[in-house]
Amino acid sequence: MSDQPSDAMTPGKPAPWNDPKIRAIVFQALLVGAVVMVGFYLINNTLYNMEQRGISTGFSFLEKESGFGVTQSLIEFDETHSYGRTFIVGLLNTILVSVLGIFFATLLGFVMGVARLSRNWLVARVATAYIEIFRNIPLLLQIFFWYFAVGINFPRPKQSYAIGETLFLNNRGLFMPRPVAEDGFGLVIAALVIAIVGVFFMVRWAHRRQDATGQPFHTVWASIGLILGLPAVAFLAAGSPLTWDMPELRGFNFKGGMSVLPELFALTLALTVYTGTFIAETVRAGIQSVSHGQTEAARALGLREAPMLQLIIIPQAMRVIIPPLTSQYLNLTKNSSLAAAIGYPDLVAVFAGTTLNQTGQAVEIIAMTMAVYLTLSLSISMLMNWYNAKMALRER
Amino acid sequence: MVVPKHGVFTTRENKVYQMKKLLVSAIPALALSIAVGTAQAGETLDAVKAKGFVQCGVSTGLPGFSVADDKGNWGGLDVDVCKAVAAALFGDAGKVKFSPLTAKERFTALQSGEIDMLSRNTTWTLTRDSNLGLNFAGVNYYDGQGFMVSKKLGVKSAKELSGASVCIQAGTTTELNLADYFRANKMEYEPITYDTSDETVKGFEAGRCDVLTSDQSQLYALRIKLSDPNGAMVLPEVISKEPLGPVVRQGDDDWFNIVRWSLFAMLNAEELGVSMKNVDEMKGSSDPNVRRLLGLEGIKGEGLGLADEWAYNIVKQVGNYGEAFERNVGSGSPLKISRGLNALWNNGGIQYAPPIR
Repeated sequence: MSDQPSDAMTPGKPAPWNDPKIRAIVFQALLVGAVVMVGFYLINNTLYNMEQRGISTGFSFLEKESGFGVTQSLIEFDETHSYGRTFIVGLLNTILVSVLGIFFATLLGFVMGVARLSRNWLVARVATAYIEIFRNIPLLLQIFFWYFAVGINFPRPKQSYAIGETLFLNNRGLFMPRPVAEDGFGLVIAALVIAIVGVFFMVRWAHRRQDATGQPFHTVWASIGLILGLPAVAFLAAGSPLTWDMPELRGFNFKGGMSVLPELFALTLALTVYTGTFIAETVRAGIQSVSHGQTEAARALGLREAPMLQLIIIPQAMRVIIPPLTSQYLNLTKNSSLAAAIGYPDLVAVFAGTTLNQTGQAVEIIAMTMAVYLTLSLSISMLMNWYNAKMALRER
Repeated sequence: MVVPKHGVFTTRENKVYQMKKLLVSAIPALALSIAVGTAQAGETLDAVKAKGFVQCGVSTGLPGFSVADDKGNWGGLDVDVCKAVAAALFGDAGKVKFSPLTAKERFTALQSGEIDMLSRNTTWTLTRDSNLGLNFAGVNYYDGQGFMVSKKLGVKSAKELSGASVCIQAGTTTELNLADYFRANKMEYEPITYDTSDETVKGFEAGRCDVLTSDQSQLYALRIKLSDPNGAMVLPEVISKEPLGPVVRQGDDDWFNIVRWSLFAMLNAEELGVSMKNVDEMKGSSDPNVRRLLGLEGIKGEGLGLADEWAYNIVKQVGNYGEAFERNVGSGSPLKISRGLNALWNNGGIQYAPPIR
């Protein structure tokens, strides 16, 4: 009897079936159980059906010889390599075009986003026209345009545009000399690494100095000097250990040197131009979200335009820009799978295309391909979320 | 989902967001499992009878083999095999629906039950016959891989092609034969692999590649798609064996037999001189072979579970093999391909069908 009143008085423990915490756990456990069971059923059913029809399963096909060639490979590859290696080749090509696309789209997007807000009438209208045109044309059409109308409409190899007998542009791609490192080139690389580490510490030192004394330091110029100068000194000291492998026309095509395929060119360009429009709009929204009072306050403090942008406007705008920017990066990576349409050998074209057809193991290959895009997307997400957390408003 | 004002996800929202993303990515995987799960093995014949038409997988447009005209009617040598099956089964060659498929899609479409049979210039190989759960019902065209080059290139033989860029269509035995041929002859090449034959032709025309390689029959077909067909030539070398034929799912023997014998009936009809025009007169023939073909005596349709006049219907509505050949790819067509290997065995070729008895 004695503890009954206290039960009624304190809001404390409700019955287990009324406890929101316990309920939440039970419902979540039920949901997870249901998902696992459905997944198990589907996998089992698929395996059973495939066995019934004599479709081979498993991943042993990855070790078999592929027997087909690929145009562009970042690692050594020929017909004698395995199907597993075609996966790596395709994956690297996908990553290559995604990284290039993200880099150039970010540059283009930031420039166009800022340009659209420019007080210069012409600049602002050019940016508006660019955004409105390329945002509203389907990406696949843009890829076809850049490929069939531009990329492979350069002259044939024998009539290449040549720039000083070192750069050649034709409908097989852009051919340029390839640097070949000789003995002693390691010194140059070591110098570069030292320069980068030096810049890192210099920036930290400069920040601390400014915090302590208010004296700014010319970090940008000093960094450029360090990163270019130190390897240059090392290069000369080691006796110029570098030769060039020049492209030259032999038979049907150019041999030697490095080349950019028209497929890579068209795909990168299309992804850049298309995604750049969305990034531009994101950037514009970010900058406009910073209230005008901030600009006025900065001017009142006597800051010039550049430091005002760098110290006041951009840090605040970034908080609005980063989350949608992440989505654009994810979109770009996934859109790169349209490569198959113009014969760029990305993961979907090589592995989920040719390899799938030669082996017929659709379930395994599609599952692997999906896992790759999921992993890539989640990695980009994680990276950008980390960056976002770093840039987010710190409430003190 | 509402994005917070500052554009920063809270941890909890972030988790929900990521979970949603995970779920969305998982859906195609589920669809794939279900698609494989619902089609049932061994029951194609019943299913086809129940729905009243044959769902036949064909190419996305290959003149002479399977191509749709401006009214959307399909025609071609591969299409005629589908029509023959419909004629045998329903007595009406029109009871076919066509699914245009790319080389990449074709086997999955058949495995998953989306189509009942595949008649799409498909090469019969060991891997396809054994690993994919499929069966080839016969050969309706003996082909071989060749090369097409621009005449301006001045190349007379495939042996001169070292270092060339080569346009190919993805997902075909062509890719493998090409690699084998260049490897065997110690030559280099750059493969440009497109998804559809239209893009392959466009790439070739624009000069992205020096050579277009495919089965020879296709080269002739693709050549007439070029803006200047006479500017291109097919090189003499044939670098592979490409027996093309209709394909069905494995483990479905009744259906397999019907497809196989529909093709054989066309070949036997040609051999016996029974054609679309004279098939009704031939009913009065005293030749026991002809009488068995037309279902007037012998086993008739019972072994296949078909009506007695199954073969009569094929010949009446689709024609014999020779007629189908000449109409679609031979002298009656723009392709003008000679019979060559595809002549009957008693006429210098290797087309040979077991007897109907």
